[in-house]
Amino acid sequence: MSLRIVVCVKYVPDATGDRHFAEDLTTDRESVDGLLSELDEYAVEQALQISEDADDAEITVLTVGPDDAKDALRKALSMGADKAVHVEDDDLHGTDAMGTSAVLAKAVEKTGYDLVVCGMASTDGTMGVLPAMLAERLGVPQVTLLSEVSVTDGKVNGRRDGDAATEQLEASLPAVVSVTDLSGEARYPSFKGIMAAKKKPVESLDLDDLDIEADEVGLEGAWTKVDDATPRPARTAGTVVKDEGEGGKQLAEYLAGQKFI
Amino acid sequence: MAEVLVYVDHVDGAVRKPTLELLTLARRIGDPVAVHLGPGADQAAATLGEYGAVKVLAAEAAEFDDYLVVPKVDALQAAYDAVSPAAVLVPSSAEGKEIAARLAVRIGSGIITDAVDLESGDEGPVATQSVFAAAFTTKSRVSKGTPVITVKPNSTAPEAAQAAGTVEQLAVSFGEKASGTKVVSRTPRESSGRPELTEAAIVVSGGRGVNGAENFHVIEELADSLGAAVGASRAAVDAGWYPHSNQVGQTGKTVSPQLYVATGISGAIQHRAGMQTSKTIVAINKDAEAPIFDLVDYGVVGDLFDVVPKLTEEVKTRKG
Ligand SMILES: Cc1cc2nc3c(=O)[nH]c(=O)nc-3n(C[C@H](O)[C@H](O)[C@H](O)COP(=O)(O)OP(=O)(O)OC[C@H]3O[C@@H](n4cnc5c(N)ncnc54)[C@H](O)[C@@H]3O)c2cc1C
Ligand SMILES: Nc1ncnc2c1ncn2[C@@H]1O[C@H](COP(=O)(O)O)[C@@H](O)[C@H]1O
Repeated sequence: MSLRIVVCVKYVPDATGDRHFAEDLTTDRESVDGLLSELDEYAVEQALQISEDADDAEITVLTVGPDDAKDALRKALSMGADKAVHVEDDDLHGTDAMGTSAVLAKAVEKTGYDLVVCGMASTDGTMGVLPAMLAERLGVPQVTLLSEVSVTDGKVNGRRDGDAATEQLEASLPAVVSVTDLSGEARYPSFKGIMAAKKKPVESLDLDDLDIEADEVGLEGAWTKVDDATPRPARTAGTVVKDEGEGGKQLAEYLAGQKFI
Repeated sequence: MAEVLVYVDHVDGAVRKPTLELLTLARRIGDPVAVHLGPGADQAAATLGEYGAVKVLAAEAAEFDDYLVVPKVDALQAAYDAVSPAAVLVPSSAEGKEIAARLAVRIGSGIITDAVDLESGDEGPVATQSVFAAAFTTKSRVSKGTPVITVKPNSTAPEAAQAAGTVEQLAVSFGEKASGTKVVSRTPRESSGRPELTEAAIVVSGGRGVNGAENFHVIEELADSLGAAVGASRAAVDAGWYPHSNQVGQTGKTVSPQLYVATGISGAIQHRAGMQTSKTIVAINKDAEAPIFDLVDYGVVGDLFDVVPKLTEEVKTRKG
């Protein structure tokens, strides 16, 4: 039996660009260049490694996002995923974590899965809650925040490096996994991979296809509301001195003046 | 007055500081009811009561340790059903966020993560968040269901306000999903004896400029002279010079201390995301063009191996 892996990837505004809010206080996804969230590259990488170790596996990359989110799917396909699913619908604009997790759960079920692999957090929302929500909705084990993961004999094993302890975890498939940036650098797409990706199937689904009512998602249907977003005032320029042998002492004087010493 | 559930972060009954901050914030919305899972509830209750918990709902079970996250969600949900609170506050740790997220799905409520402040509003609690690598400050609220909000450490100064803190046993029946993910083994992290990174008043961080694990003692000595926690950039962590649990930044910890000292760190956006809200920022870097200098209150352009030891000496002398 083939191992069906679904990797959830998000298309995000480039963190090194000038990220900001649109007029309706949603994340502006138009005026800033987007890309496959770097933290989701780790998820694609681990899925590829798991599939290489399996007798027979198929990787579907899944995204919920605007038209441009296809770029993120293409990148994942060029890294080696087999096919893609794009959930795209105008009514999705402004959907929050509760809504996104509901849509992802329906899409994952429709696709069919033994293993769902997510990143540790999206680089724009940085909530890190989607994988847990998805596991709750799907009713399957969550094996999350792993720096090491493997799948053998219908079981997921992984290492979770927490604040207080390192834990070795085990669960039966089907399961939802999330991996951290400690899981190992993601591969670069090869030229061959980029060419092959152009021919790989990208299925497009809308809310109707997933039996989701428009008022359960989007800005209107959201469970949370942003009332205000203010740019952080720029820090006032400080003093910068060049060390001519006295730098350490000067810094100590500054710190003493600020009552830190 | 409405009750507010506060999920307690503790080590065998020793309550951690972020929980005291949560209790302080909870009092702005209603009467805090603490949820204490695991051993040490009686010991914790004294502290929780001192900071305003009217009640402490306590449950102890092997499941909390033996399986990942879900047993704790079952318990928090039992507390939610027992109290019907106006809001649920959970510390913003990796695990805290996962517990909060699953509870939100179960009770059909909106969730806000990583609040740095909380106040009461006409339409429920208003959470302040710091987003896009701290480039923006937002105010949000939950518009459907009972607000579930995770709050970052150092969000407010804990204030005592004596309340009863009466311990009541919480009856929890674990669902069949509770045992889905088994914790096969657990290796506790060794304590460095230094302050907790996210709770420390001063953080001294080292980056690629430290140039080797064997040099990190230079950073540690400065930290110790100041009573500070030690942080590291991802470059230093990836190189294996310092543990990941000390990483500051987007994929590490967010710190918001009174003083942040960056040494040999360039100040990439992902690093700034984790330290930009520090009150005072100082940096030591040999490159005058390093972006970290855009953030500093005081900066020294120089070699850290010259500057830091002299600074440490000077701090020690001044402290006597
Ligand atoms: C998705 C993602 C997540 C990330 N998450 C994080 C994160 O959580 N935390 C994080 O820190 N980074 C993170 N990064 C990495 C980040 O982009 C930078 O690569 C990293 O912060 C660089 O670390 P650094 O400043 O120590 O190293 P560098 O950028 O190499 O800077 C080293 C600095 O040290 C100075 N220096 C060298 N020698 C000396 C000396 N002897 N004395 C004084 N100064 C000296 C140099 O002038 C230079 O400015 C992330 C990246 C991505 C893509
Ligand atoms: N719109 C989305 N489409 C697909 N996957 C997503 C989406 N949003 C979040 N995810 C997945 O959930 C993880 C955690 O996201 P978050 O909880 O938003 O920080 C990400 O790393 C992705 O794997």
